[in-house]
Amino acid sequence: MATRGFFGRRPADDAAKRLPPGQYLERGFPVLSAGPTPHVDMASWTFTLKVGPRPVKKWTWGQFTALPRTAIHKDIHCVTKWTKLDTDWDGVSVDAILADAGVTPPTPWLLAHSFDGYTTNVPYKDVAGDMGIVATSYDGAPISPDHGGPARLLVPHLYFWKSAKWINGLQFTERDEPGFWELRGYHIYGDPWREQRFTGDP
Amino acid sequence: MTQAEVLPPRLVWQEAEVRRIVQQTPTVKSFFLAPPAWHGFVAGQHIDVRLTAPDGYQAQRSYSIGSPPEAAEVELVIERLSTGEVSPFFHEVVQVGDMIEMRGPIGGHFDWQASDGGPVLLIGGGSGVVPLVSMLRHRAAAAPDVKMGLVYSARRFEDVIFRDELLARAAAEPDFALHLALTREAAPVAGHRHGRIDRAFIAEALAGLGAPPKLCFVCGATAFVEVASMFLVEIGVPFAAIRTERYGGTPAEDPIKADVAPEE
Ligand SMILES: Cc1cc2nc3c(=O)[nH]c(=O)nc-3n(C[C@H](O)[C@H](O)[C@H](O)COP(=O)(O)OP(=O)(O)OC[C@H]3O[C@@H](n4cnc5c(N)ncnc54)[C@H](O)[C@@H]3O)c2cc1C
Repeated sequence: MATRGFFGRRPADDAAKRLPPGQYLERGFPVLSAGPTPHVDMASWTFTLKVGPRPVKKWTWGQFTALPRTAIHKDIHCVTKWTKLDTDWDGVSVDAILADAGVTPPTPWLLAHSFDGYTTNVPYKDVAGDMGIVATSYDGAPISPDHGGPARLLVPHLYFWKSAKWINGLQFTERDEPGFWELRGYHIYGDPWREQRFTGDP
Repeated sequence: MTQAEVLPPRLVWQEAEVRRIVQQTPTVKSFFLAPPAWHGFVAGQHIDVRLTAPDGYQAQRSYSIGSPPEAAEVELVIERLSTGEVSPFFHEVVQVGDMIEMRGPIGGHFDWQASDGGPVLLIGGGSGVVPLVSMLRHRAAAAPDVKMGLVYSARRFEDVIFRDELLARAAAEPDFALHLALTREAAPVAGHRHGRIDRAFIAEALAGLGAPPKLCFVCGATAFVEVASMFLVEIGVPFAAIRTERYGGTPAEDPIKADVAPEE
């Protein structure tokens, strides 16, 4: 049913086609985090790959950024309703991380961990190939701390909370393990085109 | 317990009648909604509203709940952003008796209930005070002995949302302290600040709690939250004790130099 007196402000047609349901076009770059912005010291930065509780390989910043790189040009969608078109990222694909560690995916589920204790779950199939990277650059420059720098996960086809900021590890889990927001009522998968914002959304 | 039992139930869209509208400041109005299927919430949570145009186009936005869980109606407190799509609609079009589609409550992190205890420091910029006022109202009803301080930054005295209520609470409730910071003018009441919040101002508010804070809640435009939460970290409040809600707006290039007052 229409809301009395509401006509809305539509974006241009080409942009409108790229807006998932309930999203609006944002030209700036807002921020969503559950706490303060941590300022991660590069000298002590590490990235750990785990299978279950077992660490498989750990990289320093220098080692990590020397891995083969993948660029991503995609639209991003935040569950707080903004969508930003044509964002440019660069980083290390999850597959490149696995290859460097000599690991083939032992389970279908990943849990991303961050320096601030944040976690979020992503199926491996959603980061396979060039679908998901650990980004270390945004728009040609290092990622600023408020946007998750020095490194953040980037899975642009899912709501942006899945793109964990300040990432410091990926862990294969035995089952699909809900992370921070998923335990607080947000959708376990988070596809913006199916508007999977909250638990129970289709 | 299995996962399914821990996770909250499905959030369904429902039409809520607008029962009352109150002008709070020159740019802020309260809308009191009566959702038919409402099973309570925790202070600090928000709802989503969804507006539908005749051709089916829809816009959604989030709004914090300003009323306490004890109240019968759900109070939304909306600031008019002149260039906005949804907030000017609420200010210029919505009338008592209108039906607004909404769902909620949403959020399981930026919330406080009596059993969480204290002391608690609340820091709000502009309309970011809304969920904090819900916490203050809940505290007064359910746990008046919990120490709470509110640091609240607004442009002018006339922009202070819930001003009379907050001043009255500060006078009447011995365990609540109000620290206003007005960026554009001096406050006509004693004991408040003319200027932006800074580290010293927040440190003073923390000291007034008499013990280290159990929780700090920071809410407002993104640039404001960045700066205020950074001050807390610098003062030594543990990271895990600080919870934030960022309303929007793009953060300034350098948050330290940014005007941390909420601007249009
Ligand atoms: C969890 C949550 C709770 C919220 N609670 C409240 C609330 O209680 N009261 C309230 O008034 N708002 C609240 N907001 C903000 C609200 O959801 C809308 O973003 C706001 O009303 C603007 O919507 P609009 O359609 O009018 O403007 P839009 O058309 O969405 O935006 C217009 C322009 O203003 C900018 N902008 C958006 N928000 C802000 C901001 N806060 N400060 C500065 N610039 C901004 C945008 O970047 C954009 O450029 C909340 C947001 C979130 C995420």
